[in-house]
Amino acid sequence: MQQNKIKNNPLVKLENAGVYRDTRWLVRGVSFELFRNNIVTLIGPNGSGKTTTGKLILNILEPDEGRISLNTNRIAYVPQKLSINSTVPLRVSDFMSLTEHISQSKIIENLKLTGVEKLYNNNLIDLSGGEFQRVLLARAIAKNPDLLILDEPVQGVDFQGEIKLYKLIKEILDEINCGILLISHDLHFVMSSTDHVICLNNHVCCSGSPRDVAQNSSYIELFGEQAASTFSVYSHHHDHLHNQDGSISK
Amino acid sequence: MFDDFFIRALIAGVGIAIVTGPIGCFVVWRRLAYYGDTLAHSGLLGVTLGYVLGFNMSFTVFVISAIVAFLLLFLQKRTKLTGDALLGLLAHSSLAIGLVIIAVLTSIRIDLMGLLFGDILSVSTNDIMLIWGGGSVILLILFFIWKSLFAGTIDYDLAKAEGMNPDVSNYIFTILIAGIIAISIKMIGVLLITGLLLIPPAMSRNFSISPKEMVIFSIIGGVMSVVIGLFGSLEFNTPSGPTIIVVSMLLFILSLFFKRGYNNLRIKQI
Repeated sequence: MQQNKIKNNPLVKLENAGVYRDTRWLVRGVSFELFRNNIVTLIGPNGSGKTTTGKLILNILEPDEGRISLNTNRIAYVPQKLSINSTVPLRVSDFMSLTEHISQSKIIENLKLTGVEKLYNNNLIDLSGGEFQRVLLARAIAKNPDLLILDEPVQGVDFQGEIKLYKLIKEILDEINCGILLISHDLHFVMSSTDHVICLNNHVCCSGSPRDVAQNSSYIELFGEQAASTFSVYSHHHDHLHNQDGSISK
Repeated sequence: MFDDFFIRALIAGVGIAIVTGPIGCFVVWRRLAYYGDTLAHSGLLGVTLGYVLGFNMSFTVFVISAIVAFLLLFLQKRTKLTGDALLGLLAHSSLAIGLVIIAVLTSIRIDLMGLLFGDILSVSTNDIMLIWGGGSVILLILFFIWKSLFAGTIDYDLAKAEGMNPDVSNYIFTILIAGIIAISIKMIGVLLITGLLLIPPAMSRNFSISPKEMVIFSIIGGVMSVVIGLFGSLEFNTPSGPTIIVVSMLLFILSLFFKRGYNNLRIKQI
């Protein structure tokens, strides 16, 4: 019952939001709500407006149409792209406290979660792509946000690490009761652990539970038969593990 | 032992170096080297207007720099030209306007050499008060916008997303650069002020492992350049601005050899 009460108040609500740039709509007519303890995932091909939608919610872009209401200011963001200028001497530890002071013990604790505590004193520009992605995720979690927006959070991470990080994302949700907006190409994870999937292609193609979306004809059109079957394979796998401890598969 | 003018120049120069250290770090981090240069070039126009209108020179330099800064922001939104083209446009047109005005108004005599390269003889007690007073205000404001400015320097989207206000801190920083140019133009000169903004942070980058370290070493490097430069200028009878910049360049060269050993040491300590 408590759950329902919280659910009545969305962290984010988009109503018919759209962004217009240079004679075309980057994205248009996007409406959805994101609640605490929920993962909403945006999927879609390149240029379909996934990152743009994320930036709308984060107030980086203003909507040219529609409305966005945000009911929290405790937000953490893992951007899709972040290039560090090599003229700034920046250690991982400095970067962790970039937008908010975070104690040393908390920094180490969170770096441990993503398996990169050894990099504490390293220079940020010397990290590999995957290591950097782990640091980005650790930084976002350390902020204890209400709303976590993850734009391709595991890009460049090795296969083993990818599964672990996705598992971690699921755990974070349970631990800090935040809402997560995930932008991902990884249909496996999307289909197994997401509450709500929104399939974008400059507009909302289809949305709903992963099961609904996977059977939707426009989803199949966009991602192909293969993607649709990805879900059926995975849902079986997932159900099996879910009954045991509620976490996603290893 | 030293003449009064020399003591005044030392006090003024050290004050300038303390402010150019941290501001210069941000200029380097934000890739604003040509931007500082543009504001400095427009300084000539500011000085000329100061003479014509009978205002304090630093005041008109500040106002003109600020106008040029906002013109740049305006043009960036209005045109499709990139930053470097617009900066060149603004730098040279304001410099040219300044030179034309100087030529037209034959009644005013301006020491162009002093303006371009700086003049220690010209530092008055008022200038010292302006440098230390204005410098303190600049540093205080920088201190307050530091977190937001720095986060925006690393990544604009990230700063904005996580509740900072990188746009506002960016505008304020623009004004701060205009301010530091206004207070130091008389001493260092139009052509070389960007050197003092850039070279000490560049030297400092060679052995700094954190942003705060880089700021501190920039200040130390800047102060050393000014002090050694002024003594050199007195000793060899050379103009103060260029001598200070030559010293900072020598320090930069030294830092290249210093680099590796220092880095290893620090990492082992931790």
